[in-house]
Amino acid sequence: MITITETSRAVAAGRATSEKLTEDCLAKIAELNPKLNAFITVTADEALAQARRADHEIAGGRRIGPLHGMPISLKDLIDQKGVRTSAGSLVRRDHVAGADAVVTARLREAGAVFVGKTNLHEFAFGTTTEDSGFGLARNPHDPSRSPGGSSGGSAIAVATGMCLGTVGTDTGGSIRIPAAACGVVGLKPEWGHVSASGVVPLSRQLDHLGPLAASVADAWLLYNAMLPDSDQIGDTLEAPPLKGLKFGRFSGYLSDRLDADVERSVNDTIERLKTLGATIVDVNLPHADDMAAIYLHLVFGDAAEYHARTLVSRPQDYTTPVRLRLEMARYVLAEDYIRALRGKAVIAHEVDRALDGVDALVLPALAIPAPPIGAVTVPVKGGPDAVRSLMLRCTQPFNLSGHPAISIPCGRTSDGLPIGLQLVGHKGRTTALVQAALAAEAAIIS
Amino acid sequence: MTIAEWLAAAKADAEKRGLPELIPILDGLAKATERLRAADWNDDADKDTPR
Repeated sequence: MITITETSRAVAAGRATSEKLTEDCLAKIAELNPKLNAFITVTADEALAQARRADHEIAGGRRIGPLHGMPISLKDLIDQKGVRTSAGSLVRRDHVAGADAVVTARLREAGAVFVGKTNLHEFAFGTTTEDSGFGLARNPHDPSRSPGGSSGGSAIAVATGMCLGTVGTDTGGSIRIPAAACGVVGLKPEWGHVSASGVVPLSRQLDHLGPLAASVADAWLLYNAMLPDSDQIGDTLEAPPLKGLKFGRFSGYLSDRLDADVERSVNDTIERLKTLGATIVDVNLPHADDMAAIYLHLVFGDAAEYHARTLVSRPQDYTTPVRLRLEMARYVLAEDYIRALRGKAVIAHEVDRALDGVDALVLPALAIPAPPIGAVTVPVKGGPDAVRSLMLRCTQPFNLSGHPAISIPCGRTSDGLPIGLQLVGHKGRTTALVQAALAAEAAIIS
Repeated sequence: MTIAEWLAAAKADAEKRGLPELIPILDGLAKATERLRAADWNDDADKDTPR
């Protein structure tokens, strides 16, 4: 995959131009989008105009930084002024954003070029990107399989070079799941660090915005640019030596329902980190097996509130599976929603405890490889399990807890499907998490 | 309201609203609610004072 880090240096040195890079991305979209359906809207003319302007500014000695002139995309629930924000639903097919979302404005100020808006599971309410009002998206490594979701189009776009980076959202795993399924890096920052203003919500208390990119360094560049000026740290980070880093490995719920290839690959990677000097200790989450019930009640309650009016006024504009789940969500009782809020606090406390004395937690990002399109269950360790709960299993704890987490590619299944390793860091220490991820990525690649 | 009472009312309501496809999936929500109510962090008004 082409990285922003390398390409940006070439543009700065006059060895490449933003216009040519953008043309290449648009050509890749024209070639692959009819098959993979990663983009709902392509903003070719605007992107080329932005790219030419960036080239002119860079040639004139007015380079803003490493994102200047870099072609990126936005998940189509993030506002970009003058462009439709569909949220993957016909409910919003006529909605044109009147202003940029905060995150769009920040990336625009950093000089990024926007090539288009990517496909997603309708209203981000699903993990496969199969239920979209604009048609399902397909995994570039095997088009008979899902790219993961809900930011499925975003992950496809980066994996295939349709853009060099993208912004997704993650309510239960929607950045990390497609990143793992498509073989790219996905960073879910700590809750609240990146503004969600101008972004269609699923559950405001669990929604996180973050980048998907070709490398950890690229994800950092994008994340840093998404932050308010006062919080920005710098464009580059150094990887610390693995010797001296301590990782916590889960036993129990978060490791007992894994596909055999995923389990082998993640265990091999952890052993490699250990061989290269990292310390591995066992940790647990005592209430891990309550997480799915807590998550369900919170997301349902929040989504029911947001969709209550349009479920009545335009039910026919939702895809049937999403509409049914939203209708089901309307039956959650207030007392159970409050129980789930208390459970969320319990999980957050237990994740803090698991992190006590370690630099990061390490576990799979996705318990299974990308599932076949249409599959409701897949076999894991002998028995069939529901695809949705397997896909959310390893990621949703850290939406409940709000801790920063990142998925990085760590191998392939025997069928050649990507596998993702997830690292989870301390609150207030996203920088240290990304540094640990840089060290792990280097160990995996070497 | 017990879960059984809630489930019966929800199913009857779904039927009345012309959404029979909802009826089987409401069982899944009922199971999740059962799990949530059984969690050990829940308090009871006649037990130890919450801390």
